[in-house]
Amino acid sequence: MGIATEWFRRTFHRMGSPRWFFAGSRGWMLGLYLVGGALIAIGSAWGLGFAPTDRLQGNSYRILYVHVPAAHLAEAVYVAIAIAGAVHLVWRMKMADLAIAAGAPVGMTLTAAALATGYIWGIPTWGTGWVWDARTTSMLVLLFLYFGLIALRQAVPRAERAALAVSVLAIVGVVNIPIIKYSVDWFTTLHQPASIRIGERPSIDPSMLWPLAVNALGYYLFLVGVVIAALRAKIIEREAKADWVRTWVQGR
Amino acid sequence: MTPLRRQRAATVLFVLAGAGVTLAVAMLALEQDINLFYPPEQVVAGEAPIGKRIRAGGMVAAGSVAHDDTGLGVSFVVTDYQGSEFRVDYEGLLPGLFGEGEGVLVAGQLRADGVFEAEEVLAKHDENYMPPEVADMMAATGEQP
Repeated sequence: MGIATEWFRRTFHRMGSPRWFFAGSRGWMLGLYLVGGALIAIGSAWGLGFAPTDRLQGNSYRILYVHVPAAHLAEAVYVAIAIAGAVHLVWRMKMADLAIAAGAPVGMTLTAAALATGYIWGIPTWGTGWVWDARTTSMLVLLFLYFGLIALRQAVPRAERAALAVSVLAIVGVVNIPIIKYSVDWFTTLHQPASIRIGERPSIDPSMLWPLAVNALGYYLFLVGVVIAALRAKIIEREAKADWVRTWVQGR
Repeated sequence: MTPLRRQRAATVLFVLAGAGVTLAVAMLALEQDINLFYPPEQVVAGEAPIGKRIRAGGMVAAGSVAHDDTGLGVSFVVTDYQGSEFRVDYEGLLPGLFGEGEGVLVAGQLRADGVFEAEEVLAKHDENYMPPEVADMMAATGEQP
């Protein structure tokens, strides 16, 4: 077996251990908070205070510095949740289920933030906050999928049963993600097509794009930190009876 | 992978493929209903129903916006720049981003004579974001934003 495969196998097995993850993740969490928070501060100050105004929208376009990272992350978190769901269904890994439990409220909040900022931006730009086009509707479906993941877990009393049901919903719901992404290309929508595409020159001016890139990276790092924090809380909750958790609690 | 895990993985892939195919078929069947508006080409070709509340959209043709004497009534031509265009009559407030050469979405009824009577006009922003100075520079060199 190659060294890379061996490393992957070992890491995969370790990631399956709540205790190992809990012990090793505190530094990562704090580091991600610090770097992500700093990037968000720089990107937001740059985007809100120094980037130029848009030729048509004036200052109102600046909401994209929140809207775009929130919407992008809302989708990325769902994809991660779906992968965790598949891992849990195949390997019955407890950590994968805890990751879904930790990620769902974060993804739900990001989706709500994307919808809310889109509504606020739509009023001065489109002339309406909401329209039932393919992009906005599929994004609303994503919000309800997150609601579903959270509600389904609470509705099933036994944790193992709930974990299976939630995993199935997570992987079935992932078919909504390509619809969100390509809705603006496949259908006629009021929402504009993507300004940043892989392999093409962005249709957003570099002076506006750079602060967005910094902000988006900051959001990504910071929110991975938030998910790790939530996951640590879930581990303590689920492993409350384990000896190492008791030792850890007494040591505080 | 153990045989049991391989079997579970196959089930996961099967469920995912099933959900994907079901959704793809449903979307293909519903395509016209998922589309938010009729583009000019379909309006001109008579594919948009007449006398029903529908939405249509395209670009506001340059030099076509004409206000009437009351100040509230306005008419303009919506085009796709590919030879298809139709006239829109509207009475009411226009959104801030409404303008010639910009995207527009109109909701209302298509009359039998091909004129669209709009009850609502929304601005459709495109994917281009640029500062005014860059737009001026591009206009000076004759480039399209």
